[in-house]
Amino acid sequence: MTTILYFAWVREAIGTGEERVAIPEAVATLSDLIDWLSEKSARHEAALADRDRLRFAIDQHFVGIDAAVSNAREIAIFPPVTGG
Amino acid sequence: MISATLQAEAIDIGAIIAEAQADGAGAVATFSGVVRGDDGVTALELEHYPAMTEAVMRALAEEAAARWSLLAVRVVHRIGRMVPGEAVVLIITVAPHRHEALEACAFLIDLLKSETPFWKREWRGDAGAWVEPRQSDDRALARWREHPVED
Repeated sequence: MTTILYFAWVREAIGTGEERVAIPEAVATLSDLIDWLSEKSARHEAALADRDRLRFAIDQHFVGIDAAVSNAREIAIFPPVTGG
Repeated sequence: MISATLQAEAIDIGAIIAEAQADGAGAVATFSGVVRGDDGVTALELEHYPAMTEAVMRALAEEAAARWSLLAVRVVHRIGRMVPGEAVVLIITVAPHRHEALEACAFLIDLLKSETPFWKREWRGDAGAWVEPRQSDDRALARWREHPVED
């Protein structure tokens, strides 16, 4: 099982900050994961529709959308950061 | 000393600067980012990624300390809800001379804006709006990441 975390408006659009999922073997990259998660509900589909507005971290490290998800324990999906 | 911390309560800027000066290093540079009171904003809310945030802040502080041979670095970032006039972030860099302290301080605020997992939401009364990143933040990042300055 893999933990998926959502932050900021992605969290609000999906309606939860965290869910546990069993990622199928056919889902190789974050891009594949977005496709797969988008089928879970209309809210997922709407929140994840515009990939240009999404950023990602795998096991607490920023990664690009082509990153492999096979060994991930924790995947975070969020908008571009705005700290400081 | 390298320190990178989060806190929900107000940042006591004067006390932290006084502590940084106490060792008698020649140059103490500080940057404080303050909640803007313009445009009708009544509060600012900071969300973050708890498992990741402090580790990233610490890694950036260590990178700055190594790159500019700093004597000390302190980064304090607020989380939660704050009001105009309060500090969101305080950065202190300590070095024997001003050039290193000032450069490292500018590096740290530029990188904190672009490479740490924080999300700001502005409140105007009961209406909240997530803050979009500014293109000028990307240009500031490029200054350090794509065109490193001479050490």
